[in-house]
Order: sequence, then structure tokens, then C-alpha cells
Amino acid sequence: MHAAQAGDRQAYGELLREVTPFIRALLRRHCSHRQDIEEMLQDTLLTLHRVRRTYDPRRPFTPWLGAIAARRGIDGLRRRLRVARHEISADARSYETFSEPAANDDIEALRARDEIDELLRRLPARQREALEALKLRQLSLAEAAAASGQSVAALKVNTHRALKALRALFQKES
Amino acid sequence: MQTKQVIEQLAAELEPIKPLRAPGARAVIWLALVGCAAAIVILSYAHRDSALARLAIPRIAIECAATGLTAIAAILAAFELSVPDRSPRWAWLPLPPLLAWLGASGLGCLRSGLLFHTHGTAIGESSHCFLFIVAVSVPLAVLLFAMLRRARPVNPIPVAAMGTLGVAASAAFLLEFFHPFDVTAIDLAMHLAAVAALILLGMALRRPLLGS
Repeated sequence: MHAAQAGDRQAYGELLREVTPFIRALLRRHCSHRQDIEEMLQDTLLTLHRVRRTYDPRRPFTPWLGAIAARRGIDGLRRRLRVARHEISADARSYETFSEPAANDDIEALRARDEIDELLRRLPARQREALEALKLRQLSLAEAAAASGQSVAALKVNTHRALKALRALFQKES
Repeated sequence: MQTKQVIEQLAAELEPIKPLRAPGARAVIWLALVGCAAAIVILSYAHRDSALARLAIPRIAIECAATGLTAIAAILAAFELSVPDRSPRWAWLPLPPLLAWLGASGLGCLRSGLLFHTHGTAIGESSHCFLFIVAVSVPLAVLLFAMLRRARPVNPIPVAAMGTLGVAASAAFLLEFFHPFDVTAIDLAMHLAAVAALILLGMALRRPLLGS
């Protein structure tokens, strides 16, 4: 390091290459993430370069280097925690954790549809046919009567009963 | 960029530099410069007779010495902490004289406030103390931070805190010679407010001040 302070570029390059494994080992105490360790390592090397004027050749080199690496490790860890506090990964598991309610509309709609399908399956067949034809597919009474084979009066009665049964089922479920 | 490339770039950019003097030596330079300037100001403008009469009182002499020692200890700690391999325990060095300063000022405040009921609690004069400490601290801080920033401290917070405590205590020491009466509670509060405000300002501006 003394030679580096005097401007010996070759000695400086060798020194930096030699101390890199030592710095990496020190940084592993602060972090286990490989990419973060490399960032902290580069940060430490840049800091070492910036503060090389403060190295006193009469004192040991390792504590001086270790103090710089420890400080950059702590700074790196703080930066990582700060980022982790303000950012979330956008994978499928974290999808529902978005704070914007509209962001969850798609998944909520899928869930609601599954629940309605389940309730419809629990209705008597003729009531379910009547409800699907008139309310979900929005057919006219004549079209629904032709499609289901039920009379217009039976369709009206079954639709009415289906809605009443669904309401009861919803209340029971909630 | 790969670490190997960073190393090659740093080695290629290397220029010879002169190592900094030992932190203690740099602290002595600052203290000597400021001490000379303070001596000139005191000898030229202070109320010398009343200051000497006050310094003959042990409590006030202790208060004055404790203020000066706080300044010296904080400045020494700031220079030591500006270098990476110095112990963080240097930050405790100004604590004993700081406590002695606060204790002696507090006693003076009790004496004037409770025993003799002299000086009211009006802010009037005390605001001058605040302005004096802040105004004197600014040029001292400019010189101090110009010297400290050469080290580009890797942990600037304690350096900024110690540095600003040092300049504020130096200004408060000088104030002792322009403050020919015991401190009241309001005076003490103003002194502390000025010191605290300067420390907070120094810590907030640590990066531009110290170039870290």
C-alpha cells in the first residue's frame, strides 16, 4: 500500500487482487447473496481508492482495510434492507399483496366465478337450466322455452325459485 | 462491471498521493490556529477585568475549563474518527468534560436562579448567546470541515457530530469571555440549543461537508 501511495500502479493492482478474497470473506458476515457481495466488494475497492491517503504506513494494513470493508458491508446491508422494505417481487404468490385494490380485480373475479359455479351446481337441475338460460345467457322466454323444453310458466317459476335458493345459499355461505 | 475490471481501472487511474498527517497532529494544527485567533479576539475585545474576576471563582473556572476541554476532546475525536482504522470509542472522549460543563453551568444556573433570584427568565440577552455561538461556529466549522474532508471519512455521522460539537464548544468557550454574568436557565437552554442545532445541522449536511 505504501508503494501504491507513491504511485506504483503494478503494486497497487497486485494488492487489490490479493485483498479481494479477504474482503469477500469479511463481507460474507454481512450478507450471503452473491451479487450483493460483489457490489459491496466493488464499493469497498472504490472507497479504498478514495481514502488511500488516510493509510499510515507505520500502522498495520489489515485493520485499516477491514474497517473500510466492514463499513461498506453495513452500508450495503442497510441499502438492501431499505430496498426490501419498499419493493416487493411481482411473482404469482405476491400478486394478491398489491395495495391497489384494482390490481386484484382479475384474481377476485376468478374466485367469484368459481364460487358462483359451485352454488349453481347445488341447485336442482331444472332451476339451474332456467336461471342460466334467462339470467346468464339472457335468452328470451320463448328461446329459453325452446332450448330447455320447459314451458314459459315453468321457466318463470323455476327462475324465481332458483334466485330464492341462491340467496339462501349465499346467506348460509357468508 | 466485473470486479476484475474495477481493479484494472483503479490501478490504471492511480496517481501518487501524499499520506495525511496523523489525526492527532491535524487536530493540534486546527486547535493551534483557532487558539491563536481566539487569543487575539479575547485580548482585543473581551471584558478582560470582569472575565478575570469571574475566572477567579472556582465554579466558573471549572465551567470554562470544561468547555475548552470539551472543544479539544471533540476536535481530537473528530480527526481520529475521520480515519478508517481508529476505534469508534473515540466518540466517548468528549463526554466527561461535556458533563462537567453541563454540571457547572447547571450549578451556576441554580445559584443565580434559585438562591439570588437574579436575572429573569426573559429571552432577550440569551438570544445573543445563541447568535454568538452560531456566528462564531460557522468560520470555525469551515476551517474544520475543510481539513476533515481531506480524509473522506467512511463513516461521516460521528465525524460530523464530533466536529460540530467541537466548534460549538469552542464558540461557547469564547463566549465565556463575553458573558460577564452567571448563566440563567434560559441562557443555559440557549447554549444547549445552539450546540444541539449545530450538531444536528452538521450531521444533516455531513455528506456535502465531508465529501463522503
